[in-house]
Amino acid sequence: MSEENEETKTSNEQQDTPPIPFQQEMEEAVASPEKAEEAKLKARYPNLGAKPGGSDFLMKRLQKGGQKYFDSGDYNMAKAKMKNKQLPTAPAEKTEITGGHIPTPQDLPHRKTSMVTSKLAG
Amino acid sequence: MAAPGGDMQWCFSQVKGAIDDDVAEADIISTVEFNHTGELLATGDKGGRVVIFQQEIENKSLPQFRSEYNVYSTFQSHEPEFDYLKSLEIEEKINKIRWLPQKNAAQFLLSTNDKTIKLWKISERDKRPDGYNLKEDDGRCKDPNSITSLRVPVLIPMDLMVEASPRRVFANAHTYHINSVSVNSDHETYLSADDLRINLWHLEITDRSFNIVDIKPANMEELTEVITAAEFHPHQCNTFVYSSSKGIIRLCDMRESALCDRHTKLFEEPEDPSNRSFFSEIISSISDVKFSHSGRYMMTRDYLSVKIWDLNMENRPVETYQVHEYLRSKLCSLYENDCIFDKFECCWNGNDSVVMTGSYNNFFRMFDRSQRRDVMLEASRENSKPMQVLKPRKVCAGGKRKKDEISVDSLDFNKKILHTAWHPQDNIIAVATTNNLYIFQDKIN
Repeated sequence: MSEENEETKTSNEQQDTPPIPFQQEMEEAVASPEKAEEAKLKARYPNLGAKPGGSDFLMKRLQKGGQKYFDSGDYNMAKAKMKNKQLPTAPAEKTEITGGHIPTPQDLPHRKTSMVTSKLAG
Repeated sequence: MAAPGGDMQWCFSQVKGAIDDDVAEADIISTVEFNHTGELLATGDKGGRVVIFQQEIENKSLPQFRSEYNVYSTFQSHEPEFDYLKSLEIEEKINKIRWLPQKNAAQFLLSTNDKTIKLWKISERDKRPDGYNLKEDDGRCKDPNSITSLRVPVLIPMDLMVEASPRRVFANAHTYHINSVSVNSDHETYLSADDLRINLWHLEITDRSFNIVDIKPANMEELTEVITAAEFHPHQCNTFVYSSSKGIIRLCDMRESALCDRHTKLFEEPEDPSNRSFFSEIISSISDVKFSHSGRYMMTRDYLSVKIWDLNMENRPVETYQVHEYLRSKLCSLYENDCIFDKFECCWNGNDSVVMTGSYNNFFRMFDRSQRRDVMLEASRENSKPMQVLKPRKVCAGGKRKKDEISVDSLDFNKKILHTAWHPQDNIIAVATTNNLYIFQDKIN
């Protein structure tokens, strides 16, 4: 009984699973398909973080779409500086806008609804 | 109602949507929901559009040719937006639609994208006024001096027009992405949940909402858990549940305190620590939680299974059903192609005896709780002859593949059924593939 408790305690305390002997890992892999898949993953990505379900996934989930490159502050400052001059126009292709070029609202991927009726209603 | 799941023979009824394989992103179906009578069926898509179908009783004398669902109304619910302050795009994709119980001639539904919830009124107009005194029939104003007699305008019939209008817009209350909306049994309030917070709204009031759950840590580095779904209890207006990415469901009672950060009940199945793997937490993340109609049970969906919980027992589910256990030995590749993060929904039938959920390869599963039977069916154009009975499908995990079985390596992981809905009373189901909506019905009925 106390052995079980110890085991549980260890698992909960440590976020990083300590490296276990190779043979033991192989034995576990045979017993559990999940562990076998984990071994496969670790073999392909040896630098995979020790905190699997932790912050990285969740942060990515919270971000979702990711940030586009538009800074309203920069844009307004650049507009004020320019005064009579035109803002540099965007390149013809939709390349990612970084560096010295100050993006304008026109540079952003223009996502307007096409107002096309859903094909489900067709 | 017909015999439960095992004896039911599901037949193809209808399919909506384009046949071509080239799917435009806007056409991807993102939510499906019957209204409370089952007469209306709403779908939302990635393009921010809502399409509502209405059941039309065709031939009452021939019950086997049951009514069909035809387009009733369609409208653009949400549009893409750009948050200039945070440099973030706000998708117009409809995450959830929830119908309000009907109170008058009009129908109301809540539809939400990542940031804004809208209350839509869908009303019918089949009469128009005719015979004005000051206006001609074409709308031009009459010269008052030319009028010699008065008449009373009358309402005359016209072709049915269904109009959808936004009645309320509930905006600016969510920093993170809204995943759930749930109408309270009091029919006056509703909750909206994002990754870290749950807000309580009154349907009439758009300029404020109450925060009832906040799990945002003071230091974001300490973030370990996010909210994945939330729902109000079907009868107890003070009770709601929310599920998390760690496989935990918390039940909260709003009578206890204004901020329900402390749960009343916590439902979690203990895990054998020796079974723990890199994937454990990811596949335990709950993608959907649904109360039974009775209010006694709730169902959760995680990556590989469906679990039924008795609200009176917190330490483990009363039933567990494996949806596609054969995927357990494919977790590595499912992680690499991101499929392991797919969010499957689940639903109950009208009398809570059968539950349904989707899978890959356009397969979906039904588990009959009372008869302890289950079946896997497929939504495909190949089985779309009118009233064609669906043949059960089987996946072979490895080794010898029997005839009619499909090998797990042949499954198409791009064909996922994430959204399904069951008519509240009858054995009619709506199953959404990527861009098509299938309607199946039980043969007997």
